[in-house]
Amino acid sequence: MKAEEILTRLKDKFSGRVLRVLKKSPRRLYVDFDPKDVPEVVRLLLRELRGRLVTATGIDTRNNIEILYHFSFDSSGIIISLRTLIDRKSPEIESITPIIRGAEWIEREIHELLGVNFVNHPNLKRLLLFENWPEGKYPLRRE
Amino acid sequence: MAKTVIPIGPYHPLQEEPEFFKLLVEGEKVVDLEIEIGYNHRGIEKIAESKSYDQVLFLVERVCGICSTSHPIACVNALEDLGDINVPERALYIRSIVAELERLHSHLLWLGLAGHFIGYNTVWMWAWKYREPVLDIFEKIAGNRQHYAMMKVGGVRRDIEANDIPAIGKMVDGLLPVLDMFRGAVMDDPVIHARLKGIGVLTKDDVFEYGAVGPTARASGVAIDVRKDDPYAAYPLVDWQVITQQEGDVFAKAVVRILEMYESIRIIKGCLDRLKVVGGEIDAKVKEIPPGEGIGRHEAPRGEVFHYVRSDGSNRPVRYKIRAPSYMNVPTNQKSVVGGTISDATITLAAVDPCYCCTERVAVVDKRTGKKGLTGQDLIRLSEEKTFKIKRNFGRMKWRE
Repeated sequence: MKAEEILTRLKDKFSGRVLRVLKKSPRRLYVDFDPKDVPEVVRLLLRELRGRLVTATGIDTRNNIEILYHFSFDSSGIIISLRTLIDRKSPEIESITPIIRGAEWIEREIHELLGVNFVNHPNLKRLLLFENWPEGKYPLRRE
Repeated sequence: MAKTVIPIGPYHPLQEEPEFFKLLVEGEKVVDLEIEIGYNHRGIEKIAESKSYDQVLFLVERVCGICSTSHPIACVNALEDLGDINVPERALYIRSIVAELERLHSHLLWLGLAGHFIGYNTVWMWAWKYREPVLDIFEKIAGNRQHYAMMKVGGVRRDIEANDIPAIGKMVDGLLPVLDMFRGAVMDDPVIHARLKGIGVLTKDDVFEYGAVGPTARASGVAIDVRKDDPYAAYPLVDWQVITQQEGDVFAKAVVRILEMYESIRIIKGCLDRLKVVGGEIDAKVKEIPPGEGIGRHEAPRGEVFHYVRSDGSNRPVRYKIRAPSYMNVPTNQKSVVGGTISDATITLAAVDPCYCCTERVAVVDKRTGKKGLTGQDLIRLSEEKTFKIKRNFGRMKWRE
């Protein structure tokens, strides 16, 4: 599947809700969406366009918590990164683990390192941190 | 029947890095599996934010001790994507040679351990013996048997000298009859067929749902390989093919790894031939990394390594994200181990090639009494005994006392 095709499908289905498109290089695309559109976009990328969930990156930008969901389209080597910005004071977003099982660890890791609450995650407990690590301290936050 | 919990880990010879598997068993059958990780969390992503890009390369090389060049390759791919940097052709061949030599020694290491877990200790000793010449070549061209520090943004740090090329060619040629022997030992042995076929099966759908990568995915008929799909280094410049099997069982995973070693040798020989004629620079002499973001990938021996870097134009990354292949492959054990027997658990857990560690601490605990029953040695013994039973049924040897 070509990058243009994927973009057209996204724009057709979410007309007016694609906030920004960045073509970094021929095989690297970044598309921005509102957090509430994320589960629907993920469903389109995975179930209809058969992308593969690679991972998600969480970033504290000091103004927001930014989450990038990376999808690989292996037949063409394209990576689409779905970017969304969530409120830094009470970061919360719908979990995509009910859509794709492979997201379980990815969301648990972002949860413990950045303090993001993934709503409807089936098993939102710590993944990496030591069990005595204090509650409410998030190693990747920039305080 | 009473349910029993079998903890495997956090330190266990099946695992390169410590992780903790809790097997819930009924009699011999595994009914559930819980996985805990984090015993080896070193905060490398956070440390990377305080290092200069040159230092980050050395840092990420230390993510893994077995496939140590995988992370630097993903890192340079990410930074070259970020800065739109072109790499001199000669450096591309050197990158692929280093990466494929690493795949050879990593797959040989796995083959040896897999042999050990099913009671083929001769395979273990031999596979590790034949891994040594690969490490010797690394010492010759990089100065180190592990942690070669060959990668650099815009190129490589060291050239492969003309007088080293024959030695590498001789070494990989010497591996070919060894691979033929291992291929025969696995593919023509009815005991191994009986022992590994239909064990720990992962379907195509499981691969998709868990996002599994590398030989774990390719053994289930999913032909994904970053080297072909998202070409980098010298992979589009030489002739080779992606190896897949359809069955998704432990046998298929073994076959994929053995056949991949032949392809690695093809790639290495193709690159060596090109090195003889392609001269010039090995380094684009990159001065600075501009602001922006970049994604780099590499097909490590265990599957796709993924790196995401964000730069603000300073000499340090703002955010450095790393995803290793085992992160996606290890959870697939929830599909492949559950439903099988305890004697198959060791080889199935090992079949995704989760990084290996040398310490062990395994115990089988009865859920009601909390009493320790079996140790890690016992689990390997159980696995070995199953092989011996099969051998006995084939009339090839007497049952071991």
